[in-house]
Amino acid sequence: MKQLVRLFAAVFVVALGLMYFTSYLNSSQGYSGANTLTIYNWGDYIDPDIIADFEKETGLKIIYQTFDSNEAMMTKIEQGGTTFDISIPSEYAISKMKEEGLLLPIDHSKIPNLANIDPRFMNLSFDPDNEYSIPYFWGTVGIIFNSELLGGRTFTSWNDLWSEDLRNRILLVDGAREVMGFGLNSLNYSLNDTNEEHLQEAKRKLGTLTPNIKAIVGDEIKMLLAGEEAAVGVVWSGDASEIMGENEKLDYVIPEEGSNLWFDNMVIPNTARNIEGAHKFINFMLDPEIAARNAEYVGYSTPNAEALKLLPEEISQDERFYPNPELTKKLEVYENLGKKMLSHYNELFLEFKMHRK
Amino acid sequence: MKKNSKLAQLYLVVVFLVLYAPILYLMYYSFNSAGTMHGFDGFTLEWYEEVFHDTRLLIIVLNTVVIALLSSAISTIVGVTGALAIQRVRKSRPRNSLLAMNNVLIVSPDVIIGASFLIFFTMIGIKLGFTSVLLSHIAFSIPIVVLMVLPKLQEMSPTLIDAAKDLGASGWGVLTKVVLPFLRPGIFTGFFMALTYSLDDFAVTFFVTGNGYSTLSVEIYSRARQGISPSINALSTLIFLFTITLVVGYYFLNRRGSRKPEWGVTQP
Amino acid sequence: MTKTRNLYLIPYAAWMLLFVATPIVLIVYNSFFDVEGNFTLDNFQKFLTPVYLRMTFNSFWYALLITVFSLLVAYPTAYWLTRTKHKQLWLLLIIVPSWINLLLKTYAFIGLFGTYGFVNAIFEWVGIGTQQILFTDFSFVFVSVYIFIPFMILPIYNALEELNPSLIYAARDLGASPWKTFRRVVFPLTLGGVKAGCQAVFIPALSLFMITRLIAGNRVVTLGTAIEQHFLVTQDWGMGSAIAVLLIIVMAVIMMLTGNRGARNSIR
Repeated sequence: MKQLVRLFAAVFVVALGLMYFTSYLNSSQGYSGANTLTIYNWGDYIDPDIIADFEKETGLKIIYQTFDSNEAMMTKIEQGGTTFDISIPSEYAISKMKEEGLLLPIDHSKIPNLANIDPRFMNLSFDPDNEYSIPYFWGTVGIIFNSELLGGRTFTSWNDLWSEDLRNRILLVDGAREVMGFGLNSLNYSLNDTNEEHLQEAKRKLGTLTPNIKAIVGDEIKMLLAGEEAAVGVVWSGDASEIMGENEKLDYVIPEEGSNLWFDNMVIPNTARNIEGAHKFINFMLDPEIAARNAEYVGYSTPNAEALKLLPEEISQDERFYPNPELTKKLEVYENLGKKMLSHYNELFLEFKMHRK
Repeated sequence: MKKNSKLAQLYLVVVFLVLYAPILYLMYYSFNSAGTMHGFDGFTLEWYEEVFHDTRLLIIVLNTVVIALLSSAISTIVGVTGALAIQRVRKSRPRNSLLAMNNVLIVSPDVIIGASFLIFFTMIGIKLGFTSVLLSHIAFSIPIVVLMVLPKLQEMSPTLIDAAKDLGASGWGVLTKVVLPFLRPGIFTGFFMALTYSLDDFAVTFFVTGNGYSTLSVEIYSRARQGISPSINALSTLIFLFTITLVVGYYFLNRRGSRKPEWGVTQP
Repeated sequence: MTKTRNLYLIPYAAWMLLFVATPIVLIVYNSFFDVEGNFTLDNFQKFLTPVYLRMTFNSFWYALLITVFSLLVAYPTAYWLTRTKHKQLWLLLIIVPSWINLLLKTYAFIGLFGTYGFVNAIFEWVGIGTQQILFTDFSFVFVSVYIFIPFMILPIYNALEELNPSLIYAARDLGASPWKTFRRVVFPLTLGGVKAGCQAVFIPALSLFMITRLIAGNRVVTLGTAIEQHFLVTQDWGMGSAIAVLLIIVMAVIMMLTGNRGARNSIR
C-alpha cells in the first residue's frame, strides 16, 4: 500500500513540477499575451524563419497549430471552442466551408500585395472573386517514375500505367478523388464527371489495373518512392518535387489527357479573433521576397508571379512544376460535387480497394 | 526456482531484439546527414542541434509527459474503483453488460471517440486545451485499467475479506490493508498500459485540443504530409535514452536501497 | 456503512455517464441519418452488401490471427521472464518501446521490411533472395502483434507470478512430466491472465486502421479503416456511426459469450 501511495504521489509531484516549468517556458516565449495570432496549418508547411520575421515586424506573437487532413480541420472549426485566425485548406474544402458559413470575407483593400498573384490563379470556380480565400501554393497530380529501374522508359499518358511490364510496381495515393479522377481522365472523361455510366466504366477500368498496383498508401508514399520500393507512383506534384529532391533518378510528368489542378489557400475561419492581424499575415505572406523564400523552403509551386521572378531559373523554368499554358488548360480543379456524389465516389473507391487482393 | 535453459534465453533475446529493432533503426537515421530514413550519407549531429533550439518542440514534449503522467495516475485510481464496483455485481447478466459498457471506448475507433468528445466538450463549454485533453486521456484509459485489475480481483478469495472483517477490520481497513495490496500487480499493469495509451494517442487528442496546446503525436502526424524531419528522430532518440536511463537507474538505486525493489510491478 | 462504501463509486459512475453513455447516444443517433441529414435506415441496409460483409469478416479474421499470434509469442516470453534475474526490470523494458511514437516505429518497419531493407539484406546473405515482405498479410500481422504484445505479456506475467510454486513442486513430486505439469497445472491456473490479455488485444484489433494502409498498403481493409474513411474523408458520419454501432454490438455479444461465471473459465 505504501508503495502505491508513494508512486502516485511521485507521479503527481513530477507532473505538477513539469507543468510549472512549461508555463514558465510559455510565458518566457511571450505566448500568454492577448496580442497573438493563431495559425492552423499542415505541419512544417511554412518556413519557421518567416514566422519569426513576421513577429519581429508586427510585434504579434504567432501560435502555430497543426492538422493532418482537411476534413479533420473542418470538423474542428465547425465545432468551435478554438480561436484559429488563419487556416490553409485545399480548394474543395473551401467550397464546403463556404457553404457551411465557416469563413469570413477577406478585405482586399487591406492586402495590397494581392496584385502580385498571377491572375491565372484568381477567380477560380471554388471561390469566384476570391472573396474568402487567397492562394498559398498550387500543384497538379501526375505520374512519378524511376526511369533507371524501368530501363529508360517514360510516361506520357495515364494509359501507360496499364502496361503489362509494370506488374506490382505502382503505388497509388490513397484518395478517392485522385484515383477515380485519373481513371476518368484515362477514358477522356472529366474528373468531375457525375454520369453513372462513366463512373462505372472508370471503376471497371481501374479494376483491370489491380495486378499492377503494389499498394495504396498515404504520405509515406514519398519515403517509399525515394527508397525505390516501387518504380512508379501517382502523386501530387508537391510530393513529387520533394521525392525528386531526395532521389535524382525520379522524374515527374503530367499526363497528356489532363489532370487535377489543386490549390492550398489562406482563409480566415469564423473562429478568428484577431481579424486585423490575419489580414496583416496574409499580406505579409504575399510579399514577393517572403513568398519566394517560403516556396524554396516548402518546395511547392507558388502562385505569386513576382515571387516566381525571384526564384532561381532551374525552379521557375521547370515545366514539370510550372507547366506551360497549353497543358494548364487541360488541368481541372475539383468541383464540389455535393455530399451525395462525393460519398458515391468514395463507395466506388472502396469497392475498388476491396476488389484488389 | 529453476533457471532458464539456453533455448529459453535465446528466445528472450530474440523477442527483445525484435522489440527494439525499429527503435534502433530510428536512432541510426537520426545521425544521417542526408536527412532521410533510407540511404545513409554521413554522420551528423545537426538534427540534435535543431531539437535543442526548438523551444516549441520542447514545450510540446513537456505537455505530452504531463498529460501522460497525470491521466494515467488518475485513470488508474478511477479504474480501480470501477473494477471494485463491477466485482460487487454478483449476477452475471448485469455484470457482463457493465463490462461491455466499460469496453465501448476500447472498441470504438479513435476518430469516433475524438469527434464525440469534441461535440461533448463544446456542448458543455469546456475550453479546448489542457483540460479537455487531460479529461479525454483519463476517459479512454480507464477501461484498460479495469480490464487489467479485474482478473486479480476475481482471483481474490472472498474468505480473505471475511477473515479480515472477523479480525475487526473496517471497510476502509479491508480496502487498504487487504484488497489494494493484493491488487498491486494489476494496478501497476493498468498504470503502465494507461501511460502507453496516452503517449500513443493521436486522433482523440487532435480533436479535443485547441488554443495552441499540442502533444507530440499530433505534431508528428501533422508533419507527415511534409515528410517527417530527422529532428523528430533525434528527439525520439533523446526521449528513449532518457526513459531507459530513468528506468534502469531507478531500478538499481532502489534495489541497493532496500534489496527488494520498492516499486516492483509484481508482488514481492 | 453502505453510504460511505458507495461514495468511491462516484468517479467511475460519472465517467460511464459522461464519457461512455454520451458517445453511444451520439453514435446511435447519427447512425440514422444520411449525408444530407435525412432520417434513414439505409446505413444499416448498406451494411448488408457484400462489400461490407466481407470487410466485417476480414476484421474478425485478422483480429483473431493477431490475438492468436500475440498469445503464442507472449506466453513463453512471460513464462521465461518470470524466471530471470531482475525480472521486473526486464518486464519494464518490454513496455518502454511502446512509448515511442507509433507512426515513427511504423516508418521504421517500412524501412526494415522494404525491398532494400535490413531483413531482405539478411535474406540475400542467407541465400533466400529478396522477398516482398511489405504490403503482405505477414507484415500486417507481424506489426500488429508487435504493437499489441505488451498488452498480452503483462497480464500473463502477473498471473504466472501469482502461481504458488509449491503446486508445481507437488505436481513434480507426483511424477508429472514438465510438459504435463505445464498443461495440467500452470496453464489452467493462468487462464485469468490469458483471458485479460486476449480481451486487451482482440477488442482494439477489431478497429485497427492506419497500419492497414502503412504496412498492408490497403490490401487489408477493415471496419476501422472504413469508419475512419467515413468520418474523415466522406464526412458521412451516419455510415461511420452505423458501422461503429454494429462493432459495439458485436463486442458486447463477445463479452456475453466469454462472460464468466467464475474466475477460471476457458477463453473460447
